[in-house]
Amino acid sequence: MVLIFLGGLVLLFIIGPLLGMVLATTPAQLFEAAAEEEVRRSVWLTLWVSLAATFIFALAAVPFSWLLARKHFRFKQLVSGIIDLPIVIPHSAAGIAVLGFISRDSALGKMASSVGIDFVGNPAGIALAMAFVSIPFLINAARDGFSAVPVRLEKAALNLGASHFRVFMTISLPLAWRSVVSGFVMMFARGMSEFGAVIIVAYHPMIAPVMIYERFSAFGLAYARPVAVLFLAVCLVFFILLRLLTNRMGSHGNAQTR
Amino acid sequence: MEMLRLDNISLKAGEFSMHNVAFNVAAGEYFILLGPSGAGKSLILELIAGFYKPLGGRIYMKDRDITDLPVQQREAGLLFQDFAVFPHLSVFDNIAYPLRHIRTGKNKLIKPVKSIAAELEIDHLLHRSPTTLSGGEQQRVALARTLIKKPAILLLDEPLAALDVQLRGGIRSLLRRINQNGQTILHVTHDYEEAAILGHRIAVVENNTIAQCGSHDEVFHHPRSSFIANFVGIRNFFAGELLTDTTELSVFNANGVSINLLARQPAGKGYVVIRSEDIILSRQELDSSATNSFNGVITAIEPARTGFEVTVDCGIPLIALISKESVQKLGLETGKAIWAGFKASAVRFIAG
Repeated sequence: MVLIFLGGLVLLFIIGPLLGMVLATTPAQLFEAAAEEEVRRSVWLTLWVSLAATFIFALAAVPFSWLLARKHFRFKQLVSGIIDLPIVIPHSAAGIAVLGFISRDSALGKMASSVGIDFVGNPAGIALAMAFVSIPFLINAARDGFSAVPVRLEKAALNLGASHFRVFMTISLPLAWRSVVSGFVMMFARGMSEFGAVIIVAYHPMIAPVMIYERFSAFGLAYARPVAVLFLAVCLVFFILLRLLTNRMGSHGNAQTR
Repeated sequence: MEMLRLDNISLKAGEFSMHNVAFNVAAGEYFILLGPSGAGKSLILELIAGFYKPLGGRIYMKDRDITDLPVQQREAGLLFQDFAVFPHLSVFDNIAYPLRHIRTGKNKLIKPVKSIAAELEIDHLLHRSPTTLSGGEQQRVALARTLIKKPAILLLDEPLAALDVQLRGGIRSLLRRINQNGQTILHVTHDYEEAAILGHRIAVVENNTIAQCGSHDEVFHHPRSSFIANFVGIRNFFAGELLTDTTELSVFNANGVSINLLARQPAGKGYVVIRSEDIILSRQELDSSATNSFNGVITAIEPARTGFEVTVDCGIPLIALISKESVQKLGLETGKAIWAGFKASAVRFIAG
């Protein structure tokens, strides 16, 4: 009984403020916000940049997760620690670090500007900042998924003549699929909601969390609220859609491996 | 022709190591690696399959050195103890897996998959998910998947251990049939009965090496170390034929010697096992409930872990385990004639 009460309190603590914010916004204000070109553009930018960052980094992060799950090598503990680092450092500090890495004065920045790309104030810079803080979610989930795939299934496939690449694509990845996609969704969601790191790397073009902050500091709570509610709704819809997709696609995933 | 040869192999996996592992398997042979669990038998299979590299020594297949070849290029089909069927693929796709990278298009796969599935009597399961199959069915799927590649040698890791006793007979005769069709088999087991029934030759794995290698007769009747003697455990193991199955008391013919037994099984070839503890020695023919009574000559008296093992040649070598006191009381010595008897109910028949 006490536990139910305590659980209720925790739930209320999460739902209360969000519900308060939603209830304080009239439908008219919401439509007005949605009608603004500037708002629509920033929500769209947030979504596609986070999705692109997740896709591009997944290409390297997913095979790397398999390596972490399967192979033993020196300093593996250290490598795992490094992967978790972005979760524990303040995101403003992460932003400063990323900015230093990609600014025009850095080696990478110089290299990029020589081919005409400037990361700072560019969607590419935003993507890097988002990926920096969100990639641990993908790597950790995928690694756990691969660890749960029995090694002998991979051995059996090798014995049947499949190359390492084919074994990864036809055995390891499909069997760890649920965890990989779940990590993918987490990385996407985390990147989309990032504020601290992105505002330092790129104030413009403005992603939704930055826009909410800007409206709040310039015009106050009432003016920031409709944009916040709108973005919250978009995030929720995407999150739920991806979760449903994961469950459907994951019907052959980890659940069936012994 | 020699199919496989392990030459002075030493290997190490964690704390476990083996040394001087050497044996060879002829083409078409059914070869058994027999040893207690934890002896390193499965490790030897994984070594041949290419998952481990030996510290020293060479592995040859069809006279070609394969020691450094990658897994995919070795013609060794390994059947894992728990079958390792792919749970996310249908039975069809499991069996077709080894062909997918060679052939393109499902049409070209259908014929070979159906033919091997029919051979293993699983053609009605092709569209099922392997997670819905019984252990015996999963094993046949794994076997079909391995055989479709036409491996030079089939490596079986304890293929009967995970199955119910009722299913074992079926798989045993299936494995023998596959072997008779020309497939060379290397079969790992801890079960001496399985070894004796299936193997043309047997290698005993113990103390981190191959302790003995030879025919059944050599391994079971002339164990080379006391360890094998104790491990093998059984001496009176004879091949022959069950003649009658209509009456209560059946007759088994082993090398011309007729043994009475209670076997409610169809007549045919098979084996009988008699525990050496169940054989009674006496100076005169016994007038007792034991329906088996043979006159023979003592050929050996050897100390065993408990008591003595006395070998009596009465057409077949019967080995009785008796106490030191009885040896003295009966005045047993080699060359002496003696009666050996046992009850029909002490004889166990194994079809095969």
